[in-house]
Amino acid sequence: MRQFDFMSKRRAAFIVSIVLTIVAIGALVIHGLNLGLDFTGGTLVEVKYQVAPALESIRQTLDAAGYKDVSVQTFGASNEILVRLQQSFEAGIGNDIVAQLQGTGDQVSLVRAEFVGAQVGDQLRDQSGLGMLLALAVVMVYVAFRFQYKFALGALISLGHDVVILLGIFALFGFDFDLTVLAAVLAVIGYSLNDTIIVYDRIRENIRKSRTDDMPAIFNDAINATLSRTLSTSGTTLLVLLALFFLGGDMIHNFAIALIIGVVAGTFSSIYVAAALLLVVGLKRVDLIPPPKEQFEDGAP
Amino acid sequence: MLNRYPLWKYLVICLVLAVGVIYALPNLYPEDPAVQISAASGAEAVDQQDLDRAISALENAGITPKSQELNGSTGLIRLTSNDQQLRAKELVSDTLGDNIIVALNLADATPAWLSSLGASPMKLGLDLRGGVHFQLEVDMDAAVKQRLEVNASAIKEILREERIRYRGSEVNDGTLSLTFSDGDDLSKSRSLISRDFQDFEFDERDVERGSVLDLKLTATAVKQIQDYAVNQNLTTIRNRVNELGVSEPLVQRQGPNRIVVELPGVQDTAAAKRVLGATANLEFRLEATNDTPASEMESFAFRSQPGRTANIMKDVIISGDSVSSASTSFDESGRPQVNINLDGTGGSIMNRVTRAAIGRNMAVLFIEHKTRTRTTMEDGEKVEKRIPYTEKGLISLATIQSALGNRFRITGLDSPTEAKELSLLLRSGSLAAPIYFVQERTIGPSLGAENIASGILSVELGLLLVVLFMLARYKAFGIVANVALTANLAILIAAMSMLGATLTLPGIAGIVLTLGMAVDANVLIFERIREEMRTKMPLHQAIHTGFERAFTSIVDANITTLLVAVILFSIGSGPVKGFAVTLSIGILTSMFTAIMMSRGIINLAIGGKTLKKLWI
Repeated sequence: MRQFDFMSKRRAAFIVSIVLTIVAIGALVIHGLNLGLDFTGGTLVEVKYQVAPALESIRQTLDAAGYKDVSVQTFGASNEILVRLQQSFEAGIGNDIVAQLQGTGDQVSLVRAEFVGAQVGDQLRDQSGLGMLLALAVVMVYVAFRFQYKFALGALISLGHDVVILLGIFALFGFDFDLTVLAAVLAVIGYSLNDTIIVYDRIRENIRKSRTDDMPAIFNDAINATLSRTLSTSGTTLLVLLALFFLGGDMIHNFAIALIIGVVAGTFSSIYVAAALLLVVGLKRVDLIPPPKEQFEDGAP
Repeated sequence: MLNRYPLWKYLVICLVLAVGVIYALPNLYPEDPAVQISAASGAEAVDQQDLDRAISALENAGITPKSQELNGSTGLIRLTSNDQQLRAKELVSDTLGDNIIVALNLADATPAWLSSLGASPMKLGLDLRGGVHFQLEVDMDAAVKQRLEVNASAIKEILREERIRYRGSEVNDGTLSLTFSDGDDLSKSRSLISRDFQDFEFDERDVERGSVLDLKLTATAVKQIQDYAVNQNLTTIRNRVNELGVSEPLVQRQGPNRIVVELPGVQDTAAAKRVLGATANLEFRLEATNDTPASEMESFAFRSQPGRTANIMKDVIISGDSVSSASTSFDESGRPQVNINLDGTGGSIMNRVTRAAIGRNMAVLFIEHKTRTRTTMEDGEKVEKRIPYTEKGLISLATIQSALGNRFRITGLDSPTEAKELSLLLRSGSLAAPIYFVQERTIGPSLGAENIASGILSVELGLLLVVLFMLARYKAFGIVANVALTANLAILIAAMSMLGATLTLPGIAGIVLTLGMAVDANVLIFERIREEMRTKMPLHQAIHTGFERAFTSIVDANITTLLVAVILFSIGSGPVKGFAVTLSIGILTSMFTAIMMSRGIINLAIGGKTLKKLWI
């Protein structure tokens, strides 16, 4: 079995990670996340056609008219169409849309124009952010308890790294960030942690077995030993995610994208970032194996 | 002895697998699209005749129903395809008329022998079967204000009785302010009020030419009122949803002031919203006579003829709250009417008042509280404002021929639909506080069917890919992992069916993801076995050590993922919850199948045999 010297390349890996993270944060600051209807609230317009229209042509008409993120579906009867829009509610929007649709020569009438409450979205947003932080905190406590606090620190930073990169890519490309994508982000935390824990578990085992203090060598051994497992599991997970991506339908598309990005980033970070961070935080043998206390002979008779 | 399992372990594995397969089976029988027919009011029932009429109407339109059944007072017509469902609903609804509720339904098609074991398929979420999701917010401020106003009139009554004069009263910002010109009057009324009302905190302040007594509800009282308002609204909405005739509706409190309503199969959200959010009520009042002082009467227009008005008394005899049951029918000339039964108290009040007023006219006043939502710009930010207003209009004005009891009828309604909705509202009770729709989602049945199809396809393809990958990479051991994986899928689906979990689209994504991650434990174990083999360890020993050493890694990794899934469940709503449930159950079942079951298969195959080579 070939042994890769991962640790000697840790500087290059760090630079890649840091650059990616900075780009991601930059994208988040400049573009911001393209929050979906769940978080922003939004507008909904129902129209009625004389004859059942083709949904695709409505989508194209509205797209051409400059309405963004339009979703079109039938509503009850096949000639009643529901249009959802990302933008905030405006008094005349229902009529504007009907005017656009009538432009193509169909007979269209407005049934209603409504909106999804914005404060619901605000609350959900706060709750979700809180949930993400809570997930990270609980995980850190567990790792600190099962391993040692330096491991917890390493795991936390590498998880944060994955999440920031994932969010950054979503911001950069303007993918819709809705509730299902949030679920995907939390699943990525779980997945990437899973990977990291496996590597850490091996590092702990090797430190206990070995007699050297050569941490980079021990880490290299551990990463190499778990490498084929890491790649196999990432491989099967990516396979099913690709199935979801291509076949799962529109509603699950962004969810699959988020997980694919997350699995790739998580695999990279569990190999390069998580273990290398243990060197940065200065993990030593004594952190896992307390030095034997000096024993005094009991002098009393 | 290495790699041998005691008999009981094999039995446990077989038992779990058998239970898993049996309880997962019902999901293989797709539910039939169906229309459900039930009577609008509890008194009537759907009979075979109605069902026959519906069937022949369907057959005339070229739709051949799959089967029909009559369960007690509701009928069910199963159809062969989803496309026919909406059309069938319209047809049946037109044929059977307004007193019959026709609802879209998905009918269970589980064979009898499975049902007898208590097995049933997973419920499908709204995103998979179509329907509407509402989130309603209860207006807490309005609930408090209403209570204050009720208290205000009671307090004014007491002050009048005790002949204490007050200059004015107003309810503002959760505070009831009474203005007195005299400090003595203020302290006298303060002690009177505090004797009868324990829920107030008092505050006094001086204003120009007088002093003001501020009454504020205590925090506990406010909380009680709000709790009451939400719970009361929950009950009312539940009643109304039941009246809508939806199968398997969900009405649930969410957070301190929200109510979630999910109506599977409902497509006409406009009607559902009208009924759920309606605050219509009735008031019965006498018409004013010529010598009624102007301060005791009010003038209202008729709802059907806006130009015509009538003067009626301010005193209310009874309101819709005293109605115990209501139904619709048609009067002699074919106009819709609502038949009303009053409860005991309401009946005796009505009897007492009408007995003394024979020959006078009695007015039925229709009251509806509505709100307009306006978005205005304030300090550069959009602010939503709700402006409440009340619509009142006369429905009828009829001469009292004789003393009324607890049964009578109301005519003068615009349409059968209005009559039906009014009787529904009177039956289900009024809302304790206004509610607003803060969220609304509709998923059409076509989208739902599309989601199911693509979901199933991606589960199948995902499974196939993982199976091929494991075979290629681990050969004979790959077969073991694949058997464990398939068993895992069956047990996962069985567990979700048994727990009554609802399958949503993110839930399906969770299943697919679980498939990918479930083999992780097997991968860990197999890699470890390979590693031990490289150290020239005897093969049986290598298998044993591989399982043993991989165990702590598997447990640590799965527990942390489980922790995240639990957090996901506790903070999430709707779609996120569905995903979290599948993920958590998937982690647990995969630990069983990957560790115990695959070990069992390996032990059974090679336990006790001498091995020369491992196909791994």
